[in-house]
Amino acid sequence: MEISPKKEGLARLWYNPKSRALIFQVLLLLMVVTVVGVLVTNTQQNLEKQNIASGFGFLSQEAGFEISESAIEYWADDSYQKALWVGILNTLKVAVIGNFFAILLGVIGGICRMSPNWLLSRIFASYIELARNIPLLLQLFFWYAVFTEVFPGVKESLNPLPGVFISQRGFFFPIPAAHSIWPWVKTALAAGVLLTLGSAYFLKRRREKTGVQKPLWPWVTVFLVVLPIIVWAFGGAPHELDVPQLGGFNFSGGMSLTPEFVALMLGLVLYTGAFNAEIVRAGIESVSKGQWEAASSLGLTRFQTLRLVVLPQSLRVIVPPMTSQVLNLIKNSSLAVGIGYPDFVAVANTTMNQTGQAIEAVLLIMMVYLFFSLTTSFVMNIYNRSQQLKVRG
Amino acid sequence: MEGLARWMKKNLFSTPLNSAVSLVLIGVLFQALGPLFDWLFLKATWEGTAQTCRHGEGACLVFIKEKFIFILFGFYPREHLWRPILSIILFVSMSFYSRKPERWTRRTLWRWLKLCLLIVFLMKGGFFGFEEVSIDKWGGLPLTLMLSFIGLVFSYPIGILLALGRTGHLPFVKAISVGYIELIRGVPMISLLFMASVMFPLFLPEGIVLPKLLRAQTAIIMFMSAYMAEVVRGGLSAVGKGQYEAADALGLNYWQKMLKIILPQALKIVIPPTVNTAIGMFKDTSLVVIIALSDLLMTTKTSLKDPKWLGFSVEAYLFVSLIYFIFCFSMSRYSRQLEEEFHYGGRL
Repeated sequence: MEISPKKEGLARLWYNPKSRALIFQVLLLLMVVTVVGVLVTNTQQNLEKQNIASGFGFLSQEAGFEISESAIEYWADDSYQKALWVGILNTLKVAVIGNFFAILLGVIGGICRMSPNWLLSRIFASYIELARNIPLLLQLFFWYAVFTEVFPGVKESLNPLPGVFISQRGFFFPIPAAHSIWPWVKTALAAGVLLTLGSAYFLKRRREKTGVQKPLWPWVTVFLVVLPIIVWAFGGAPHELDVPQLGGFNFSGGMSLTPEFVALMLGLVLYTGAFNAEIVRAGIESVSKGQWEAASSLGLTRFQTLRLVVLPQSLRVIVPPMTSQVLNLIKNSSLAVGIGYPDFVAVANTTMNQTGQAIEAVLLIMMVYLFFSLTTSFVMNIYNRSQQLKVRG
Repeated sequence: MEGLARWMKKNLFSTPLNSAVSLVLIGVLFQALGPLFDWLFLKATWEGTAQTCRHGEGACLVFIKEKFIFILFGFYPREHLWRPILSIILFVSMSFYSRKPERWTRRTLWRWLKLCLLIVFLMKGGFFGFEEVSIDKWGGLPLTLMLSFIGLVFSYPIGILLALGRTGHLPFVKAISVGYIELIRGVPMISLLFMASVMFPLFLPEGIVLPKLLRAQTAIIMFMSAYMAEVVRGGLSAVGKGQYEAADALGLNYWQKMLKIILPQALKIVIPPTVNTAIGMFKDTSLVVIIALSDLLMTTKTSLKDPKWLGFSVEAYLFVSLIYFIFCFSMSRYSRQLEEEFHYGGRL
């Protein structure tokens, strides 16, 4: 019995699944190559006609624009390259601080959302619904408008605490005046953090080996409080403050947060925090009720149960979606351009408008964010793997 | 009354800690919401001019009264306003009609097609004695709805194709799909909109000029497709392996297997996340503000630039927030309702 009639020649190629797949893919490849080719030729012709030189040579030219806030020293006569670095650092600053607070808000919000206290859970539910259902850009505009329209001008600044001023120009607060010992205190703090992590690791290993559980908090106090205080006292315990002073049109001295930065932070943290809270809630709900009951019959309090039994288990459910929220916050920080915070997109946009290097600028933006995204998901994947169920065989 | 007391005891004052939390929260709520309520309603200025608003202590609702037509419809000619209004009413009622899964039939699809043609005809005009209104006059809510609806309609099938490419076994197709999806999901939407506004014109041969609106729409579709693809991929992997094997055993070829067996199940599983992606996209259309297209958010910003009415941003933003909220919230409620229906209905 013959199921399918024998095909001859070319037809045989078409009816063989393997060669058909190959033909299909070659056709697709040709199509992609043609489309890309046409686009590239068109672009080249258009660029030639408009006399735009392609390439990244413009990066070493003088930027010629000011950037309102910068982590490194930057002047308008520096190169575009340096301006873009300032932008990258500003984006990084927003990404790190923003994600820290958004995750914190997410954990607190998620737990409060599930609180047995009706009022508390309702308040957080309303916040979550409100924040998630309004576009982020609109929220940013709103917070920025609150700064520029509701808060008073510099001369009539609000002064809620001595030395702290709030006005249209942002937040101003005192910082310790410059003294030669402060860098050493900072170093001591950094060393303290490392030592704390080390002792936590050491205690955990000992617990796993011997079952003896010793508290961590004495070490934390010694390394993070006592050690820096000793260094500070050793340097003569300087306690002068650098208080912001009103002079001319703005404050000088002290530390300041610009309205752009605060509005961006508020918007990003409140928006992403709401999504994070829902993720944390779903994670907690994914832990079966039996775990709660078992923990409570062991005599653990509700808080202990949450901290020791439920949260560690729910991390497995929480981490993957939380990773995409971390990435979302990084990508959404690009909306800073809408309210004038000088993040990478804003600087690249200015560069693009000044030099006309549209393709290069857009490519730069894409590459930088791809780099951020890929690095973050790489790190989060490692963390995620460490949280997965360990099956011992 | 006793019921209320019992309810309060159980939900607000069950333990000393809970009682303390409740009391603090009640205090905070009164402190915060009281002035807000005063500002928004009791002390608000309902009548008058910008000058009366500036003297008043509360919100300037006169501004909203003055500007809401512009915020909602942009530069659409005032004498033809009934056309976008009717379009939105038709669009919303058709969406409401198609909310029930049992109405997702070919007939409903035809009705949608006819409705879209009717809406385009209404908005654009130009024949049967309707005066023509050029596309660059469209703005506000109709534009926002259009950008998201057309974005959804196009990105859904493209997303399905990308997901099939990614899960399939043709190495080159797979590479292209994975590359596209990961690239798009790794960059912010703004970069795509920049691309649409400054790079697309360079891609096209000389003499062909695409309007900015169309370029932005393309960017939105490109962006949304990648996210749709990931949603659909989730559905494809949620369909049991036995279904794939059974289809193979029946001797179905790839497209028969996918179109008749796998996709109908996969797409149904992922309806709730699909709606959520659609909500995200509806919110993200507001980003076209950055490239100065007159969507709902842009008309709001434009209305704030009127020199007679400077300084009422908070009122204006609260007003548009309410509009966005109504749309997004009802969609997310709908998504949750579908989820429950599919979850407990045992229809899968």
